[in-house]
Amino acid sequence: MSISTTLPASQYSNYQNKVARSRATSEPVWVRWTLIAIVLLFLTLFLIVPLAAVFTEALRKGFDTYITALTDPDALSSIKLTLIAAAIAVPLNLVFGVAAAWAIAKFEFRGKSILITLIDLPFAVSPVIAGLIYVLIFGLQGWFGSTLLDHDIKVIFAIPGIVLATIFVTFPFVARELIPLMQAQGKEEEEAGLVLGASGWQILWRITLPNVKWGLLYGVILTNARAMGEFGAVSVVSGHIRGLTNTLPLHVEILYNEYNYAAAFAVASLLAILALVTLVLKSFVEWKVARDAQINEKS
Amino acid sequence: MSIEIKNIRKNFGSFSALNDVSLDVPSGELVALLGPSGCGKTTLLRIIAGLETPDSGSIHFHGADATAQKVREREVGFVFQHYALFRHMTVFENVAFGLRVRPKETRPTDAEIKRRVHELLELVQLDWLADRYPPQLSGGQRQRIALARALAVEPKVLLLDEPFGALDAKVRKELRRWLRRLHDELHITSIFVTHDQEEALEVSDRVVVINKGQVEQIGSPQEVYDNPVSPFVYQFLGNVNQFHSQIHQGEANIGGVGLKINAHHDTKHSAGLAYVRPHDIEIHKVRNGEAPAFEAVIHYIHAIGPLVRLELQRADQEDLIEAELTQERFRELGLIQGQNVFVYPRNVRVFLNA
Repeated sequence: MSISTTLPASQYSNYQNKVARSRATSEPVWVRWTLIAIVLLFLTLFLIVPLAAVFTEALRKGFDTYITALTDPDALSSIKLTLIAAAIAVPLNLVFGVAAAWAIAKFEFRGKSILITLIDLPFAVSPVIAGLIYVLIFGLQGWFGSTLLDHDIKVIFAIPGIVLATIFVTFPFVARELIPLMQAQGKEEEEAGLVLGASGWQILWRITLPNVKWGLLYGVILTNARAMGEFGAVSVVSGHIRGLTNTLPLHVEILYNEYNYAAAFAVASLLAILALVTLVLKSFVEWKVARDAQINEKS
Repeated sequence: MSIEIKNIRKNFGSFSALNDVSLDVPSGELVALLGPSGCGKTTLLRIIAGLETPDSGSIHFHGADATAQKVREREVGFVFQHYALFRHMTVFENVAFGLRVRPKETRPTDAEIKRRVHELLELVQLDWLADRYPPQLSGGQRQRIALARALAVEPKVLLLDEPFGALDAKVRKELRRWLRRLHDELHITSIFVTHDQEEALEVSDRVVVINKGQVEQIGSPQEVYDNPVSPFVYQFLGNVNQFHSQIHQGEANIGGVGLKINAHHDTKHSAGLAYVRPHDIEIHKVRNGEAPAFEAVIHYIHAIGPLVRLELQRADQEDLIEAELTQERFRELGLIQGQNVFVYPRNVRVFLNA
């Protein structure tokens, strides 16, 4: 999923527009139009055509087939599993992200840069490796394999493994979004709250979180999109058991490998819709942030 | 409430921000901590508030040791340099914050909070802005809201960090007079930090001059201005001319001119620095009897405003002397650039080289 993670850029876009549009700095008309044409062509070829293809292929055999493919018990179970994984991973990473960002942005401590690097680790590691890590730890041949077997707990090739892998790959989004925002805001407002007699919790709920609410929502949207769309890591730990351990992306792959194109694209269209909804939400949040920034600039 | 600060030390890494600072602030006084940036004055203010912990030393509020007390328990009001207003709350909610976060038992009712907040907003004359958000206010308005917010919790001590630093010159002047009047009304023990000597001298009851983490001098504005105890204080409080001199039995010899100084009568042949304020430089067109004088050439005349500033070049060396005359005196003398004159320093103050 190719969603940019640089929220702050949008805060300055309005300002830049105003500055950049003077005649002296703009290119000749033909240069501008050529550049725009190249971008449009590129977008059409690589984004719009595939997106349209998903929906045409999904509806090729009619709307009834489309609905049947989605209401198939295996499809429903994969939807359910995807929702469960997201429902667990997103709140956990929300709490973790806020805690990490708060610690990093507002306090000085040893090992801070190591913590920042660790938070970025899931971005740097291939998702397949991320999945394998959990297989190595919790799998039958892994470190805790025999212990888990003795207690009859299944992690790998079961829902817990999928949730773990999902948490791992979506780990950095919220923290990454909040750290620069909180750092830019500094800690004067928190100190003001402290002097006025607020407790740590009151400061968090009444000052810190309201100040970063849009960045937080943005991080949650990205986390959710990634959690529902993750393929690699989940694929390694899932075991591809139909109706049991298949998430939406895995289900699409299975259907496609079975030459069941209409059903594969029908399920894929759900993910495409998710991506579109994500984009709309993202744009809305960016618009809100830009507007707030504008109000701040007026001062 | 009185504040006693005893032997405070604070280091940031290898940098010594405060080095054995002691200070008493009597109840109800308005005290200025004055010093150049990086001298430790803000650190001292933050230690009093409890936002920083000293490495050693103690703070007493009204005789009781408050060193270990948490920020929330100290009952101080703090106005931050950049105001630190809560940007997502209205002006009303900003001021109400300190009351709303109180535990249930001591929290006033909503009606009471509303009454108190409006009372405070009227005090700072900004009641009409209650529904605005901080980014919509001007700097001076934000400053006053920050003050109202700090006063809402009825603090025993009011601490202000560079309260006028971020304002333009005209608003700054208005606001500092207003702060002085407000203090005279409320009589709350207040400490403010500033690097602006004019501000410190105009507003405060007492000035604490701080340099490099140490207190240089404590006194009324009159005292520190008229009797600076060190070259640093002399230079920091207003313009000053500095002369290298030889001190011998109550006389300072500056480039062959012997000036009487009313001190150091027993000192013999010591090097020292002599200081004279520009308004203590008298200028004559002809030699005035026996009194010791420098010969000098008028190098530059700046005649805008009530005072005329002259730069004079001494005949015997490169150094420039700065002098201030009233417009009246300037016209009377009829001085022009390039003219030869005689310079008579008054109130020479000498500090022997250590």
